[in-house]
Amino acid sequence: MFKWLEKNLPKIVMAPAVGLIGWFVYGFVLWTLYISFTNSKILPKYELWGFGQYSKLWASRKWLISVDNLLIFTALFLIFCIVIGILLAIFLDQKIRAEGLLRTIYLYPMALSFIVTGTAWKWILNPTLGIQKLVVDWGFENFTFDWLVNREMAIYTIVIAGVWQSAGFVMALFLAGLRSVEDEIVKAAKIDGASLFMVYWKILLPMMRPVFFTSFVILVHISIKSYDLIVALTQGGPGISTTMPALYMTQTAFHKSQVGLSAASAMMMFMAVAAVIIPYLYSELRRENAR
Amino acid sequence: MQDSLQSTYKQLEQKSKYTNIFLRWFLYFILILFASYFIFPLYVMIVTSLKTMEEIRQGTLLTWPSAINFDSWAVAWGGRGYGAGDTFLKPYFWNSIKMVVPAVFFSTFIGAMAGYVLTKWRFRGDKWVFLFLLFGCFIPYQAILLPMARTLGVLGISNSVIGLVLVHTVYGIPFTTLFFRNFYVSIPTELVKAARIDGAGFFKIFFKILLPISAPIIVVTVIWQFTQIWNDFLFGSTFSFGEAAPIQVALNNMVLSSTSVKEYNVDMASAIIAGIPTLIVYVLAGKYFIRGLTSGAVKG
Repeated sequence: MFKWLEKNLPKIVMAPAVGLIGWFVYGFVLWTLYISFTNSKILPKYELWGFGQYSKLWASRKWLISVDNLLIFTALFLIFCIVIGILLAIFLDQKIRAEGLLRTIYLYPMALSFIVTGTAWKWILNPTLGIQKLVVDWGFENFTFDWLVNREMAIYTIVIAGVWQSAGFVMALFLAGLRSVEDEIVKAAKIDGASLFMVYWKILLPMMRPVFFTSFVILVHISIKSYDLIVALTQGGPGISTTMPALYMTQTAFHKSQVGLSAASAMMMFMAVAAVIIPYLYSELRRENAR
Repeated sequence: MQDSLQSTYKQLEQKSKYTNIFLRWFLYFILILFASYFIFPLYVMIVTSLKTMEEIRQGTLLTWPSAINFDSWAVAWGGRGYGAGDTFLKPYFWNSIKMVVPAVFFSTFIGAMAGYVLTKWRFRGDKWVFLFLLFGCFIPYQAILLPMARTLGVLGISNSVIGLVLVHTVYGIPFTTLFFRNFYVSIPTELVKAARIDGAGFFKIFFKILLPISAPIIVVTVIWQFTQIWNDFLFGSTFSFGEAAPIQVALNNMVLSSTSVKEYNVDMASAIIAGIPTLIVYVLAGKYFIRGLTSGAVKG
């Protein structure tokens, strides 16, 4: 008995982690999957109902708007975060004075919650006393900036706040990547007459392919899950113009008590994330095995 | 050969000196421009929180307050002193602390043990077990909200700090395991093997050999977990309301509660109070914070 215990101690110690994740992650996802195939309203029912919830979901105008918004947000969020992140990383890599201070400034939003920053941005972007008033007071009297309350434009305010929060993170990833490149490579290229621009464009950036990949995966992941920022900034409004899948899911589940429908929307989100993450994990694992 | 290369390189550097001076000014200009974009909201928050509403209406976002005035901070923290409808952050701040401390402790401990086993007591299929845990970093939590709400209800801990401790502990495990596993992988297994030959057991090796050298990764993990849990809104707002709510939920409720007059100074003071603990940690231990972000590099 004692021998057995000793031999299996590592596995026994491992068991809580595996058990908890097995139950609370895998078990729960399967439960949600099952419920998405039932006609559950306030309380879950366990009688199968086929793909009814999914067809209901894709016929819902609110869901379609959510998906649209998610696509717009993800595209802009990705482009701006990556462009700004790379730019800042390259600039900071030029033996800059006060690099530490600048880096700290670029990255501090990551330490704050989306609720905190959303509250701040909501105040900055509000059309009466925010940026609009600032610019008008500077003498541009016809200036209007009402994106936050404008159905067409409100989604872009979420992009502004989201990019502000996450661009520094991409900067940190790329800076770490650039720093890991041997100095000799850059020196050799310079001796061959390559300009600094060419060194980055032709040599260093192509070497950063894994960093691009990582940033892409993380940013897409953040954007699919974005919830807090929208709650703090617009609550999905004006109307339902800035609603997104994560918001749709919680509202359908906890305000409208459409448990089956919200489970279906959760599974759509799950599949979207899995489509990005599984290739990523696969390639990471292969890289590790190759080492 | 080496010398002539060096001198060519020197010459090249000389030639580009003038373009360099111009480029450097441009470089600093852009860097400072972006720095002001990033600092702008923080500046506005601080300045606004120190103004009176009268000043806010007259000035702009950037105007400096005429007098440093912490009244709105006092209101945000302790309320106005009348009974119903007076929401303020103090009790929720304590809720958050009561939630964060045990959740960080348990998730870090479980992750450390798991990372230790996965690297130093390897068994058949341990890679798959790691992958099994790792996937938990990525799931969109919407896929577990419904069953979690029911489970907390069945356990009788919905709408309580204990319930949130459980939730945050469980969903922190994939991250803490990842951190510790990646750290222990780089520590020579010979160390452990030698100790085993000397007759040291499972726990003795962990506490006497690995734990003493684990300080950096413990700091990274604790900071990561602290920031994540303190800043969480999704779990907090779904599984608690009213008195058991953590601070982010309370902040959101305060800002959204539409009283007749919107008090932006109190809103901003509340936002700063809710953000200050993580901001302090970031300023004091930024190095470890960034290490968590980039080495974990899995969650925003």
